[in-house]
Amino acid sequence: MTAEGWQPSDRELERRRLRSRERTRSLVIASGAMVVVFAGLTVGIARSPGWPSVHETFFNWEHAKAAFPSILDGFWINVQLFLIAEPLILVLGLAVALARQARSPWLAPVRVLAVVYTDLFRGIPTLLLVILFAFGMPSLGLEGVPNSLFFWSLVALVSSYGAYVAEVFRSGIESVHPSQVASAEALALSRTQTMRYVVVPQAVRRVVPPLLNDFVSLQKDTALVAAVGVFDAVFAAQDYGNFNFNYTPLVVVAIFFVAMTVPLARLTDWLGRRYVQRAFAGAVR
Amino acid sequence: MTTLLEVSDLRKTYGDRVVLADVSLTVDAHDVVCLIGSSGSGKSTLLRCLNLLEDVDDGVIVFDGREISDPRVDRREVRSRMGLVFQAYNLFPHLTVLDNCTLAPRRVHGLSRAEAEERARGLLAQFGLADQAAKHPDRLSGGQQQRAALVRALCTEPRLLLLDEITAALDPELVGEVLAIVRDLAAAGTTMVLATHEMAFARDVATSVCFLEGGRILEHGPPEQIFTDPREERTRQFLRRVLPDGPENP
Repeated sequence: MTAEGWQPSDRELERRRLRSRERTRSLVIASGAMVVVFAGLTVGIARSPGWPSVHETFFNWEHAKAAFPSILDGFWINVQLFLIAEPLILVLGLAVALARQARSPWLAPVRVLAVVYTDLFRGIPTLLLVILFAFGMPSLGLEGVPNSLFFWSLVALVSSYGAYVAEVFRSGIESVHPSQVASAEALALSRTQTMRYVVVPQAVRRVVPPLLNDFVSLQKDTALVAAVGVFDAVFAAQDYGNFNFNYTPLVVVAIFFVAMTVPLARLTDWLGRRYVQRAFAGAVR
Repeated sequence: MTTLLEVSDLRKTYGDRVVLADVSLTVDAHDVVCLIGSSGSGKSTLLRCLNLLEDVDDGVIVFDGREISDPRVDRREVRSRMGLVFQAYNLFPHLTVLDNCTLAPRRVHGLSRAEAEERARGLLAQFGLADQAAKHPDRLSGGQQQRAALVRALCTEPRLLLLDEITAALDPELVGEVLAIVRDLAAAGTTMVLATHEMAFARDVATSVCFLEGGRILEHGPPEQIFTDPREERTRQFLRRVLPDGPENP
C-alpha cells in the first residue's frame, strides 16, 4: 500500500478526537491550579500585617531606580570575576585531577599535593578563604603580584572551586570503563597518551553537566567578595542600603543574579538531556 | 619453524583463586593456536597475561627470543609488537573508526598521519569497512565494530595477534563475517592465539588446539586429534556438549 492511499480509520479518528479532548482538559486544569496557587500566595503575602513596611523597605521603586547605576557598575565586577575565574578553574581542576591519577613514582609528591589541596580547599568555607586570602596575602608583601583585594578574592574563588572541579573531573575520569584503558594499553599507548587520547576526552564529555552546575554556583559566590569590601553588586547595594535605610537594592541585586544564572541553568538542563538522548540513541560524539 | 612465543609453567592467581596453573604452550611463526574450554577455564586470563595486561604469579613467557615476564621489560615495547582484540570490541567511542585505527600507529609507532591513514584505509577496505571510516563506532553493527577492532589491531602490524572470544558478543548471523576475516588472516600466515567457542571454526583454522579446564591445559594437539579422538574424558564431555557431531555422538 502506498502512503497516499492511506486514510485514517474511523477508530484512529476517534482516538485523535479523544487525545485532543484530553489535552484541552489538562490545559484547563493546569491553568486553574496555577491561578489558585499564585493568587493565594499573593493575597496571603499582601494581607500579612508587616507587608506595608516590607513593601516600603524592600520593594521601593524609587530606591531601585536610584541604586541601579551603582549596582550595574558593581555587577560588572561580579561578571569579570566569573569570566576570569572560570577558565582558570577548568585548567586547575583538570590538572589536579590528572595529578591524582599519576602513577609514576617521581610524581608521588605531586599526587600527595593534589590530595592535600582538594581536602583542604574543599573543606574550608569559600567565604573564609576569600577573607583569608584578601587580608592575609597582601601582608606577605610578595613581589611581582598585584596586591589588590580583587586579585586575591579571585585567587580565593579559583582555589576553592578548583578543588570542587578537580573532584568532578576525577569522577569523570574514573567513570571511563577500565576496558577502555586496557584497550589503549594493548595498543602500547603510554599512560600519558592513554589519558590524553582515550580517557580525558571521554571523561570531559561526561562531566559537562555537573561542571556547569558548579559554574552556576560560582556565579553566585562571586558575591562573597563583598565581605572584604570589593565594590561588587552586593557591596554597592549594602552601601546604598546603609546610607538610605532601604534594602530594595539587595532585591535588585538578587534579580541581577537570577537573570545571569537562569540561562546557564537552562543550558545545563539542555546539555544533560542531550547527553542522555545521545547515550540511548547509541551515538556518542 | 621459528618459535615466536614460548610459555612455561605459567601461574596466575586472584587472591586464593588459582586461575592458571602449569600452563605451557609453544607458538611457532604462522601457527594458529585455538584455546577452547568452558567459560572461566582461564582462556581470557591467559591472553591477558601474554599481553602483559596481567602480572603472572609464576612461570616464564618468552616472546621473540626475549623473556617478557621480566618486570624490567618495557611493556609498551612488547605490546607494540602484539595485537589484542577483545570480546567487547573496546573501540574508543569518541573517535571515528579511522581515528581508532590510526591512534597507535601515529602515537606509538611514529607514523605520519598520511601514512597511518593510508594503511588504515587499505585494511578497512580489505575488510569491507571502507564506507565506515568516518563514522563513530556506535553507528556500526556489532560485526562491523568487531571487524574495525581487528583492523585497529592489524594497523600496528603485530608479530602476534591475540583474539579473545571475538565472536562471543555477536549475533549468530554476524559471527560469519568476522570469522571469515580471521580465516583470511590465518591463510595469509598471521600468527594467532585465539580463545573461541566456535568449534567448527577452530577445527578448520587451528594448527593446534588447547583444551583448558580449571586453569590448566588438559589436552593439547592438532585439531584432527582433539576433535575426533581426545585422550581425556573431560575433553570428550566438553566437546559432546558444544558439538552436535562431537566424538561418540555421530
